[in-house]
Formats: sequence, C-alpha cells, structure tokens
Amino acid sequence: MSADRQSGRNHQADDARAWTLVFFAWLIASASTLGALFFGEVMRLPPCSLCWYQRIFMFPMALILPFGLFPFDRSVVRAALPLASLGALVAAFHVLLVAGIIPERLEPCKQGVPCSETVIEWFGFVTIPLLSFVAFAAIAALLTFAYYRSSK
Amino acid sequence: MKQKNLFIGAAVALVVMFAGASMMFTSSKSATSTAIPEANQAALVRAHAPTVGPVDAPVTIVEFLDPACETCATFYPMVKDMMAANPGRIRIVYRWAPFHMGSQDVVAMLEAARKQDKLWPALEALLASQAQWSPGHTPQVAAAWKQLEGLGLNREQMIADMASPEITQRISQDLADAASLNVTMTPEFFVNGKPLPSFGYEQLKQLVDEALKATSK
Repeated sequence: MSADRQSGRNHQADDARAWTLVFFAWLIASASTLGALFFGEVMRLPPCSLCWYQRIFMFPMALILPFGLFPFDRSVVRAALPLASLGALVAAFHVLLVAGIIPERLEPCKQGVPCSETVIEWFGFVTIPLLSFVAFAAIAALLTFAYYRSSK
Repeated sequence: MKQKNLFIGAAVALVVMFAGASMMFTSSKSATSTAIPEANQAALVRAHAPTVGPVDAPVTIVEFLDPACETCATFYPMVKDMMAANPGRIRIVYRWAPFHMGSQDVVAMLEAARKQDKLWPALEALLASQAQWSPGHTPQVAAAWKQLEGLGLNREQMIADMASPEITQRISQDLADAASLNVTMTPEFFVNGKPLPSFGYEQLKQLVDEALKATSK
C-alpha cells in the first residue's frame, strides 16, 4: 500500500519532468516555425525546395505537441519524433550541401532558388539550415528523453 | 495550473516577439528603400526604354514589366487611366523584367514589333490574351505569335530583329538594372525615383497623387 503510494509520487515527479522536456521541444518548434515565417513572409527570402521539406516537418510539431501537454500524454512523442527525425535528416543534408561536402550535381532543386545558396550567415557560420538542424536535433533529443523519463 | 500559465505565457511571448520583429524589420526597410534608388537614378531610366507621355512631364512612373505576369496585365489599364485623368502630367517609362521562364523571347518579340512602330498594339494584344499564350505561367512563343496576327507586322523582319544584338543588349541591360534596383517581382513601380512603400494599387495611386500635388505648385 505505502509502496504503491511511493511509486505514484515518483510517477508524478517523472511526468512533471517529462512535461517540461516536451514543453521545451514545443517552444523550439514554435520559435522555429515563427522564425521560418519571418524569413519567408517578412524578409521575403524565397524558400528553396529543401527549406519547404523542413517546414513540412517543423510546422506540425508546433501544433501537435501542445496536445501532449494538456493533459500530459507521452504518446505525443510517437507522433512528433518521426517528424523531428526526418526533419533533422533533411536539414543535415541541406547543411552538407551548403558546406559543399555533397557535390552540386546531387542538388535536388534545379529551378527557382538553389539550395546551395547562402542567404544568411551570422558570426561567419550560423546559416538557416544549421539553425534548422540544431532545432530538429534538440527537439528529437528532448522528446526521446521525455519518452523514457515518463511513466507508461 | 502552473503549467497552463507557463504555456500561455510562452505562446504570447512568441507571438509578441514575432510581431515586434516584423514591425521593426518593415520600418527599417522602408527607411532604406527610399534611399537606394536616389543613388541609382541612372539605372532607373535608360534612353532605350519605351516611353509614353511628354518628356517634361512633372511625374515619371517607371514600371518594370513582364508580359507574362498577370498582375502586370491587371495594372496596365489602371496606369493608362491614371495618365488619361492627368493629361500631359504623367510620363511612363517601361522597363522589361522577363522573370517568367521563356518570357524573354516574348519581350524580344515586343521589341521587334517596336521597330515597326507597333509596340503598343502588340503589348496590348499580348496582355489581353495572356491566358492563351501563357497558360499556367509558361510563356509559349508560338502561341504568342498567333496573338500578333492581324497587326500587320512583317514577321520575317521581326524574327531577324529578335536575334539582333541591339535587342538582346536592351533586354540584358533592363535585367541588370532590375537586379541593381532590387526589383525581384513584377510589376514594380518607381514614381519620380521613389519605390512603392508596399505593393498595391492604392499605394501607387497615393504616391502618384503626392507627386502630382508636389509639382503643381
């Protein structure tokens, strides 16, 4: 009886910690979504095709993750983690393309804005695809931790 | 409860930050946008550019136009009406900005028609029939030719002129000027050297009215 209550309290503490992790994942997803909209709609930088794929994986997370927060439901991770992982893959590909490590001929976009073009470079190394990769990787890590931290 | 407040607070903070950054960005941009063309007046009006209206008109509108651009076709009669309402006071200078793929050949066609003094009927015919020769924003040269039938153009002469270095040079000069003036979309208007603060007919009308008022004194 008392052992049950003990474990119940642990579950609660675990879930509270997991909630915070998912909350931060949502915060990153929302900030990235608004950031992408800022680049596109306010600064009017045309998104290249790889940017569109990253948007496709990022935008839904900003909307889906809150469903797992109220009330806390760890199964939201199962919906969001594939998005974060695929987004991280596309972003990694994009970063390597910009860095010139993947040769130009593999470049998937022929029309419109070339993906290898660097439109923003802060402090000499921060580019939009790098920001995107860091965001996707951080979200994936936070969600993974949240999943294993929380009670079933 | 605490979690809900945290969530709502964060959401509000994000939206406020976004709105603030947007406002800051747009106001800083409109401050610089008036400054850019002042230094670039030469790129705005070139001697070769087709012009309507008296040279000494107090108000000069420069329009970067793509014959395959839908909005350009919509604006064409509006600008004409504006000129008709203020006879002799507005001059319009057209610059080519063939941003649609393949639209460059259509511009060459127009320049060739111009050599036979038929630029305006040719341009009006093409703008009016845009949907026929440029379906789905893909200009088709053969279909564009068909729209020019009945204007009495010498087609052989036109084909020869379209390939002439003079016309190619004009188009590349226009494209180079568009690039140096940061023209990325069509139509783009400059009224007495000033770009539109934001795109729209009302904004154009206001800028023209201000220029008319400023020069009528």
